[in-house]
Amino acid sequence: MKTIEQTTEEILTLAATHFKVPRAGLQASDDFYKKLGIDSLQALELLTRLENHFGVELPDYEVQGVSDFSTLASRIQSRL
Amino acid sequence: MRPRSLNELMNTMDEFKGKSLSWHMTDGVIELALDRAPANEIGLAMLEDLERFVTMLPALELKASALVIYSKQKAGFSAGADLRELYTQAQKMEMASAVKGVRDFLQRIHAVMNRLDTSPLTTIAAVHGVCFGGGFELALACDLIVADKMARFCFPELRLGIIPCFGGIPRLKRDVGNAVVRDLLLTGRSINATKALAVGLASQVAAEGEALRLARATAAQTTKFDRTTAAAAKQFIKPLPDEELRREIDIFCELFTRPAVMEALRKFVESTDAMPYLP
Repeated sequence: MKTIEQTTEEILTLAATHFKVPRAGLQASDDFYKKLGIDSLQALELLTRLENHFGVELPDYEVQGVSDFSTLASRIQSRL
Repeated sequence: MRPRSLNELMNTMDEFKGKSLSWHMTDGVIELALDRAPANEIGLAMLEDLERFVTMLPALELKASALVIYSKQKAGFSAGADLRELYTQAQKMEMASAVKGVRDFLQRIHAVMNRLDTSPLTTIAAVHGVCFGGGFELALACDLIVADKMARFCFPELRLGIIPCFGGIPRLKRDVGNAVVRDLLLTGRSINATKALAVGLASQVAAEGEALRLARATAAQTTKFDRTTAAAAKQFIKPLPDEELRREIDIFCELFTRPAVMEALRKFVESTDAMPYLP
């Protein structure tokens, strides 16, 4: 079982890789819309990449209103 | 220049480029490419091009075994009905006229979907990115769905106070278990390709960017079969749920008259939220 810290780290690494931003520039508390410069379709892409990476389903309504990596990590953690 | 013979006329139908889609035929496989920015929204322009395509289908079917439908838009297969156009048009008229216009549009798009659904060709949707609402309904009219691993399927209509209305509910009921239908419709959530494969919506999942290649390979396989046999098999195993399709239009039109729907559409159209399809 991954710890929440491991889950968060994997999310940050995945986001940095796919949206081509420096990993060092991302923190758990960051607003990923602003930090990654993504729109709604790209947010959906991030959701899909996270589902594929962690092997979980993350219904849209669970991430509605979520904009920081930390909360995103906790939503995923509860399904691991 | 006008075609001079029946053969020339037949050949001119083998390829076409419209405002929102194009098609061409190669080695017995027709490829229909949706291509309307930003995400292949299905409004009047797309409807007219789809109608043009199904008008040509009888001639194309004489020379083809399979049809592959895919999108040239990066965002995905299709985001569904053009809700901005629907809202803008409806705003200009009295509700009775708006409902009449909506019913006319739905009957036309149903005719297109039904024709694709019952084509003797083996039809394959190569899906990447968003496959929402009416776009999902178009994919469901096809015999097979090949999904890119980044594809997402969704019926978000209930979020707007309406139901899917391009024939999606009867086709979804035909293809998967009722529990899956309820999950997708009553939560409005989107599912990924892996889930779509698991519930039987998708027949194959492709690596990122590979859905069209897999769909083409599948289409090529179907060209090896006797067409009469394949068409007879399809007709036997894929009945058109006529009555439910008609009922779907009626239910949509009844729901559409409620002020809450226009308000939801207004919020959607005017929204600047990061995820505007969520209520």
